[in-house]
Amino acid sequence: MAPSVGIPCSLLYFWFYPFWETFFRELGARVVTSGSTNKQILDLGVKEALADACVPVKLYFGHVQALMPEVDFLFVPRLVCLNYQTTYCPKFLGLPDMIRHTFTGSPPLIDIRIDVREGLHALPKAYWQAGRALGAKHAAVARAYLLAWKAQRRYLTLLQKGLLPGEAAPGKSSPTGKRPPDRRGRLVFGVLGYPYLVHDPYISVGLIARLQKMGVGVITLENIPPRLLYRQPLPLDKRLFWTPGDLVYRAALYLLSSRRVHGLIHVTAFGCGPDAMVGKYLEQALRRHPEVPFLTLTVDEHTGEAGMATRIEAFVDMVRRPKAGW
Amino acid sequence: MPRVTFPHVGESYRAFKMLMEDLGNEVIVPPRPSRRTLDLGVRHAPEFACFPVKILLGTYLETCPQGVELIVTTGGVGPCRAGHYAQLHKKILRSLGYAVDVVVLEPPRLYPLDFLHSVRRLNPHRLSFRAIYECVRRAWRKLQALDNLEKLTHKIRPRELRAGETTRVYRRVLEWVDRAYTMREIVEAERAAAEELQKVPQDPAREVFKVGIVGEVYVLLEPASNLEIEEALGHMGVEVERSIFLTGWTRDNTWAETHEVLTVKDAALPYLPELLGGHGRDSVGNTVIFAKRGFHGVIQLAPFTCIPEIVARTILTRVSRDFGIPVLTFFLDEQTGKAGMITRLEAFVDLMRRRKGP
Ligand code: SF4
Ligand code: SF4
Repeated sequence: MAPSVGIPCSLLYFWFYPFWETFFRELGARVVTSGSTNKQILDLGVKEALADACVPVKLYFGHVQALMPEVDFLFVPRLVCLNYQTTYCPKFLGLPDMIRHTFTGSPPLIDIRIDVREGLHALPKAYWQAGRALGAKHAAVARAYLLAWKAQRRYLTLLQKGLLPGEAAPGKSSPTGKRPPDRRGRLVFGVLGYPYLVHDPYISVGLIARLQKMGVGVITLENIPPRLLYRQPLPLDKRLFWTPGDLVYRAALYLLSSRRVHGLIHVTAFGCGPDAMVGKYLEQALRRHPEVPFLTLTVDEHTGEAGMATRIEAFVDMVRRPKAGW
Repeated sequence: MPRVTFPHVGESYRAFKMLMEDLGNEVIVPPRPSRRTLDLGVRHAPEFACFPVKILLGTYLETCPQGVELIVTTGGVGPCRAGHYAQLHKKILRSLGYAVDVVVLEPPRLYPLDFLHSVRRLNPHRLSFRAIYECVRRAWRKLQALDNLEKLTHKIRPRELRAGETTRVYRRVLEWVDRAYTMREIVEAERAAAEELQKVPQDPAREVFKVGIVGEVYVLLEPASNLEIEEALGHMGVEVERSIFLTGWTRDNTWAETHEVLTVKDAALPYLPELLGGHGRDSVGNTVIFAKRGFHGVIQLAPFTCIPEIVARTILTRVSRDFGIPVLTFFLDEQTGKAGMITRLEAFVDLMRRRKGP
């Protein structure tokens, strides 16, 4: 029987799932995902992970536990650096080690290390290792790798057309799938934050759906072409070290300077290390744009539905009022 | 003369003060972090900033009103926030109306030009490079003397007959080192101070537990930030060995990976092959080494929400199980209370006693 590979639906899954799923499927593996976050997954994670860890890491632990009994392999990549400049948060760097040493009974991990600074072929090499762990032949891996890229590129195109990660899933990209939203003449908010917070409806307590229901258009980090982000001039002498944080900050600057949004929401996890810096820099950037209202939503495992709803509604009302007619 | 200040890290200010004055700066000595320092730092730093950021900011806010023009600090590169402290501090201080500049000493190995440039700014006396080298060498020797004396107190305190005697003598002899200026004087002062410390009456028969201390560099090196945990342990009859000292660390980070660091790395390898920035991997490696050397326990000190140390803590649970060595972690912030800490330490000592058997 084909080996099964488990992919936890958390952390950077939201950015890379078309690639990962296609890659393993094309190698002939049965891809098992942990599905959307639910209460049970959260509780599992909270129980096993260190109390002082941030919610996303606790969630990841939960997703891993949900998969453990069902799969032959677990895909837990060690994402270090993808753009030659910034690295991921140290928790991503130590992710496979944390999983391996917490769950002694876990299935073997496919813990490829992805760091493009290692050389020109670092990326294919990493995936070659992943393929080898499954016993695949060289040619098969090469083919799967190319197909995975294709899927990922299509995904990125859809995102840049304005779809959100949840909407642009491979199955949904058919003509009957959702159309990119028409934002003309509507109130538009930038919702910035790490994908595993913004696009995980459980942990963000349905933030995006709630905004959309109130008639607010949403732009997230993923909708902005990376090219534009990297061209964005920074008012700092030293760049931020962590890729997602750096991108969030750049996206905020971009949205502010291109005047594309009427309000900005920053979603952050309680106890997130990098966000201490990102948040402060965002505040300073917003001070130069007093016309754009700004809201920081901090989420953790206890975030309540009611409190969140009230804050979001109040914020939307506040932005809407001076622009009567929207 | 430009007015300079720098972070307060344990007793090291004594050496830095000498160095900065030799180069022709007027030094505003940073005060020992206190409740007030913390309050200032907490008020003006972002809520989730690491604890060290807050203490340092508080320290600067205490010295800046005295007309500081230049803050000297170290940068540190790597995937952690430490490299951003300086910038953030500068922004906050400027926005509070202090016209200070921050000179960041980057590791000379990586940024040789930046380093020379920074040194020039700190050298209004325009000493030659040779003369600067001499000054640095003396300051370094003084730092070593301070570190050596501190290590000695860790050995003597758990065996002292009269509680508090070691600390009293230590405070006194520190001044001797402080006053020493030439190389000869420094060496001499260290020797005399060590002798004086050895004179503290000790009970050689006392049962003493050995505990290794690992964790994030600032809370390890600044006793005011860890509620003098080493002293508290000493009074409970615990001999501590700290994994990081300024003279054992600046060098590693500044010049070459020494033999010692390599072994720490090797020890950590089976558990944590990745360098996390900060001292996460060292915490794991040192714990393994302490366990192999037969220590009775390990204490990890980390700022609240410190990322590398959280990763390390997750893995230390396994190390602790594999080697059968108890590990206790303190995540420190401005709300950590001394009483709670003492209770946990006492329980830890009891645990070690039970494990050791009668
Ligand atoms: S970036 Fe923040 S939220 Fe994400 S894993 Fe790191 S600490 Fe947690
Ligand atoms: S090592 Fe810990 S305390 Fe230091 S900057 Fe990083 S997160 Fe903050």
